[in-house]
Amino acid sequence: MNDHTPQGEHDSTPVPLNQGHVQGTGGIPERFENPGLPPHVHRASDTDEQAAKRAERTIAGLFGLSMLGTVLFLVAYFMVDVDEMTFVPGIGDMSLSNLLLGLGLALALLGIGLGAVQWAKTLMPDEEVVEMRHPMRSSDEAREGFVQTILDGGESSQLTRRPLIKATLGGALGLFSLPLLVQLAGSLGPLPRNDLSVTFWNGEKGEDGTWTAMQRRLHLDPEDRPIKASDVTIGSVFHVLPEGLQSELHGAEKLNEITKASVLVMRLNPDEFQDTPQGRKARDWGYQGIVAYSKVCTHVGCPVGLYEQTTHHLLCPCHQSTFDVTNDCEVIFGPAGRPLPQLKIGVDAQGYLIAEQSFQEPVGPSFWERES
Amino acid sequence: MSTTARPADALRADDTTRREPASPGLKKVGGVAGWIDDRTGAAKGVGYLMKKVFPDHWSFMLGEIAMYSMIVCMLTGVFLTLWFDPTQGEVVYEGSYVPLQGVEMSRAYASTLDISFDVKGGLLIRQIHHWSALLFIVALSVHMLRVFFTGAFRKPREINWVIGCLLSMLALIEGFAGYSLPDDLLSGTGLRAAQGFMLSAPVIGSYLSYALFGGGFPGEDIIPRLYSLHILLLPGILIALFTAHIVLVAVQKHTQYPGPGRTNDNVVGFPVMPVYAAKAGGFFFIVFGGIALISSLVQINAVWVHGPYMPNATTAGAQPDWYMLFPDGALRLLPGWLEHTTFGFTWAWPVIIGSLLVIPLFYAGMIAYPFIEAWVTGDQREHHLLDRPRNRPVRTGLGVAAFTLWAVLTFASSNDIMAIKFDLSINDITNALRVLTFVGPLIAFWATRRICLSLQRHDRETVLHGRESGMIVRGPDGDFHEVHEPLDPYERWTLVQHEAHEPLQLEADEVDENGVARKGGAKRKLRARLSEFYYGGAVHPVTPAELEAAHHDGHEHEAIESANRADESEVDPVRSVGAERH
Repeated sequence: MNDHTPQGEHDSTPVPLNQGHVQGTGGIPERFENPGLPPHVHRASDTDEQAAKRAERTIAGLFGLSMLGTVLFLVAYFMVDVDEMTFVPGIGDMSLSNLLLGLGLALALLGIGLGAVQWAKTLMPDEEVVEMRHPMRSSDEAREGFVQTILDGGESSQLTRRPLIKATLGGALGLFSLPLLVQLAGSLGPLPRNDLSVTFWNGEKGEDGTWTAMQRRLHLDPEDRPIKASDVTIGSVFHVLPEGLQSELHGAEKLNEITKASVLVMRLNPDEFQDTPQGRKARDWGYQGIVAYSKVCTHVGCPVGLYEQTTHHLLCPCHQSTFDVTNDCEVIFGPAGRPLPQLKIGVDAQGYLIAEQSFQEPVGPSFWERES
Repeated sequence: MSTTARPADALRADDTTRREPASPGLKKVGGVAGWIDDRTGAAKGVGYLMKKVFPDHWSFMLGEIAMYSMIVCMLTGVFLTLWFDPTQGEVVYEGSYVPLQGVEMSRAYASTLDISFDVKGGLLIRQIHHWSALLFIVALSVHMLRVFFTGAFRKPREINWVIGCLLSMLALIEGFAGYSLPDDLLSGTGLRAAQGFMLSAPVIGSYLSYALFGGGFPGEDIIPRLYSLHILLLPGILIALFTAHIVLVAVQKHTQYPGPGRTNDNVVGFPVMPVYAAKAGGFFFIVFGGIALISSLVQINAVWVHGPYMPNATTAGAQPDWYMLFPDGALRLLPGWLEHTTFGFTWAWPVIIGSLLVIPLFYAGMIAYPFIEAWVTGDQREHHLLDRPRNRPVRTGLGVAAFTLWAVLTFASSNDIMAIKFDLSINDITNALRVLTFVGPLIAFWATRRICLSLQRHDRETVLHGRESGMIVRGPDGDFHEVHEPLDPYERWTLVQHEAHEPLQLEADEVDENGVARKGGAKRKLRARLSEFYYGGAVHPVTPAELEAAHHDGHEHEAIESANRADESEVDPVRSVGAERH
């Protein structure tokens, strides 16, 4: 554009805010008139019987194709075994049964659909029809009548004259959902209590839910055998569960404890720990450079599954939180808000790795009362 | 606009004036129909519906695709319930998928494997179910974009817009619930994250999680509970809302695009019987057939690949279904240092924002938009003619900005995959996307608004000076110019039919007669400012007077180039082009 003012800008008259949209008259010139519907153009099949015949044949052909598709589906259902495989160029190996059943069904459906649409487009009337609209609102009388009915109802039921009924009905209606809500909220599940703060590393769980401290060995997951400190070479990373978890627990209880007690064990050269308070604590809580950390991401709880041996970074595959093992698994990137909790380990008389104490803070995602 | 009042019980009075002549056919159809009508009186209403007129446009099929894929999804869902066992009890798999034989797994996962490998056609039904669910959400999202950008949400359709937003949000939840049922590694990882989301909720987080999971994670209640949500509660609400949505479309009559013969007071299109019965009915089969075709050729959610869910197992590159990528992306972008502890209580902001707030905020914005726009523009009229998006530069810009934000977050959910595919640092990608989250929408708004204004000016050019014909004519002076073909009145109408928008302005008397400032002055000022933002600098449609003026001294506009030609034309009125144009 070579002119600076936008074309078509008119001197605007102020429109009062409380009147909303006002169709101006003074400043705005006359408008174009709606020219009405353009003349109708006939299709080939409207004027030429040959073309109409062709359309008819196309439509019938599509419907016929649909019937073929149904036959294909039925044949495939009864003739093809569910475990037969086939190769489709450009896509790869796939189940022959799924392929043929799907193609048959698709053909059966598309034949009907395309036939019907072709029919509508070629042979059904294509002259547009005009229907008038009417404002959505009811007439003033109808609206007033409606309001009057409600007011009359209130009057004739004496609701307006008897405030006691009004108040008690309101109270009853307001409260009646409580039994249902209380039942639902109260019975869905147990209270969390300390469940988020204890793990299988805490020791043995008694019948009354209290834990007796016990130093559990670190067992390989899933081999379920103890780990000699000498087996953990520098650079290795082991997936670990507490001794007894895999053999003593079953079903949901086992999965629940695995969720909280999973641990990663890595061995670093003791010099590689950073000379920071965290780094020194990390080394002290380890054994000759072997350190154990919760495998549960402090972000939303995915297993922290990726270990970069050269940088000693742990990476969570879900949302890419990155933890620095040399600095007590501090978060160096990503959305996790806290370092991974460390499990203090040592060795027992036989030289196997043991947990000297349980996790000193809740593992896994943050929650409101985790520090209390 | 006509606002003739009419009694409510005669709302449709002049819609049923056309009468079918009595014919032998009447007798034939009339037998059964007559029996029913004797008992229901349905002939009048059904007859009215069959003659109802719907306008024709490809973009009106988006909602149809959503509706049909939802029906397909529900149909195949019923099939799946016949074989799926939604319990978490442990079994040892003994089905025909060899790699997992002998593996301990939940009944939910084992029965999903059975559907895929031992039930004949079961895999096809499962894949149709998943593909139609994805298509349902794609189609309803694009349908929402269409409704937004054409202004179809304006009065009287605000309620239907709100219903649509709720439908869309429930569809996301319904999809997530379904995705979580097979109890394979991916779905279990999704549930684990969902439990982390619940835990982050201030004050009630751990109680919420223990209530919904029936204890610690994973427990054995969550899959049966999600199952009852997925197959009963949510579909029930979806069907109820969807029915209300469709009834409102029928009652309010469909909007139409502007064009010759189309006004705010009519609907121009085709009647249900026979045209839409065939077109829409046929389209259901096309959508269903298309989904069946994809499901036969393209594998989706191969649940057997990663094995059963184990809380300590994981896989790289795990992502939710596409419609849940944007909250997942937000989770990846939010930095961990936002987490805070106050008075010993933990505010896990990176999780709270990404998982608990992003989706509700998106939908709150969408639900609120029609009311905000109506307030800002002061427009309280009924609108049945759609806007061309270019004629509403600010709304279109805001829509594209919101879409851009959504797209950035969606892309962020693939930051690890991008890092691997493009061999880039994941930290760089994440940081870049963090910046884009804020900058992207601003750029998108600015660019979109500029493009809309340019398109409007181009429309004006076309109306005033006709369409470029590509024909170059040499004038008697040896100069060259292009011949422009004038528009016929029908083509022109589409380009000039829209309103010239004016910003609302503050009234002069901000103080009353006693010199006291009127109440609500700040609100009015804000409204005036927003209105200026909406309509300030608007490009107005060509008026007949302008077109007339262009015809008279239009020569300078014809020229390919230059301002000095305009000067010339005043002294040299004899020009070949003018003659051709008039």
